[in-house]
Amino acid sequence: MLRLEGVSASYGAVTVLRDVVLEARGGEVTCIMGRNGVGKTTLMRAIMGLVARQGRFVLDGDDLSALPAHEVARHGIALVPQGRRLFGPLTVAENLEIGLMTRHRGRAVHEQVLDLFPRLRERLGQVSQTLSGGEQQMLAIARALCLEPKVLLLDEPTEGLQPSMIAAIREVLLGLKSTGVATVLVEQRVDAVLQVADRVAFMGHGTVAEVVPGAGLRADAPRFAAYVGV
Amino acid sequence: MSFGPFLLLALMEGLVSAAVLALMASGLSLVFGVMRVVNVAHGAFFMTGAVLAWFVAGHVPGPPVVGWLVALIIVPPLVGLLAAAVDVLVLKRLEYEPEAVIVATIGLLYILEQVALLSFGPDARPVAAPFSLRLQLPWFGYSGYKLFVVAAAGAVLLAVWLVMTRTRFGLVMRATQVDRVTARAFGINVDRVYAGTFGLGAALAAVAAVLVVPTTQVHYLMGGDPLLLSFITVIIGGLGSLRGTLVAALIIGLSDGVISMFWAPTLSKIIATLLVALVLVFRPQGLFGAKA
Repeated sequence: MLRLEGVSASYGAVTVLRDVVLEARGGEVTCIMGRNGVGKTTLMRAIMGLVARQGRFVLDGDDLSALPAHEVARHGIALVPQGRRLFGPLTVAENLEIGLMTRHRGRAVHEQVLDLFPRLRERLGQVSQTLSGGEQQMLAIARALCLEPKVLLLDEPTEGLQPSMIAAIREVLLGLKSTGVATVLVEQRVDAVLQVADRVAFMGHGTVAEVVPGAGLRADAPRFAAYVGV
Repeated sequence: MSFGPFLLLALMEGLVSAAVLALMASGLSLVFGVMRVVNVAHGAFFMTGAVLAWFVAGHVPGPPVVGWLVALIIVPPLVGLLAAAVDVLVLKRLEYEPEAVIVATIGLLYILEQVALLSFGPDARPVAAPFSLRLQLPWFGYSGYKLFVVAAAGAVLLAVWLVMTRTRFGLVMRATQVDRVTARAFGINVDRVYAGTFGLGAALAAVAAVLVVPTTQVHYLMGGDPLLLSFITVIIGGLGSLRGTLVAALIIGLSDGVISMFWAPTLSKIIATLLVALVLVFRPQGLFGAKA
């Protein structure tokens, strides 16, 4: 589905990612783990074209490497950014409309997304910055799903959420597997990763050090200790 | 004439000033709100609109209303296209760095003024009013065209508000205003939005110019005062707040009308500038602006 080859990214003179190789497969959840500052968020931003980047980004055979960020999204890669980054003064409906406009999706997708997050249906006219933290995260995910993405990038979506909300997000991610969406999840919480991950990519020193299957990782405490420090 | 009719006349004059100022300042406010840059050349776009209106009105045969209508139709898009080109060729290359944009638009202001001086000349020139309807009140007669200016400015501002709140283009502009990085991640071509916004802002200044030229004289330095008053208006109203801009334009325009009538026009400028100083000290975000 999405293949990264020899990817590097930088902020000005500071190179954050070096020679990253990664594949996200359709119907699978690929988790990215690593210590703070290792480049996980930069990797998400590099895939979207939001930072200066080099290397090859191939989606279903289409080379996206030279595309500007807004074109990347139109090819079907959706981002749920760290900290949600909703369009705060806009209503819930307007945030969803922005997502629908990206790939010209209509009412049917809108309804499908609201079926996943019924609480948002009751708040369509509410200004999004007045939602609770959990509802804001639901909206951030719903806005991304309005693209009907081929690849969904989630950057620490459970950060600061209560357990019931984390469980709801987990159910949505598991449900997406059956639709063939390739999910890339940056996550610090080991338990959350183990519940959904098909494969885990461990990052260190600005690159993907190794990719291992999610099954069986629960017993691999030394690996988590080495890459995540838990 | 007794005090009451004098006050009415002053308020009517002030309302005309407020309407033109609201149009002009809403363009400046829109550009700052969406792009977070200060366009010092906004007054020069106003002047360019006025000069082009004079040129078009003078070259279209037939009664004055025809030439003026043609100017109203073609001048704002022309000035808007000029501004959009400046955005693409200059501001985008400066990556919208606020200080660099101020310097660049100061340069643009001088270029536009000197081009106008070279092509239009140093003299002030009139543009014939499109119609000469006179509204006769019991105490005095008043220009029907000036009242038309108020109505037309109101209609344009209503259209801008509808575009911003009811159309996809407005939604895209508001999303870009909130977070341009996330907007890019959702397929919004921010470069195009910026060019469109800068063009729309300048086009609003040009609409104000075409409306106002039959009531004043066209001159290559005529953009200075409207620029100053526009800055005063958007600072009092709150940078980037259209609602604040409208309220502040009413305050400035009406007080300008009354103070100019009963005392002196210079006094109204002094008071407006003092008002800005007070706002900057006690409410830096303006009357309707959000806190940084």
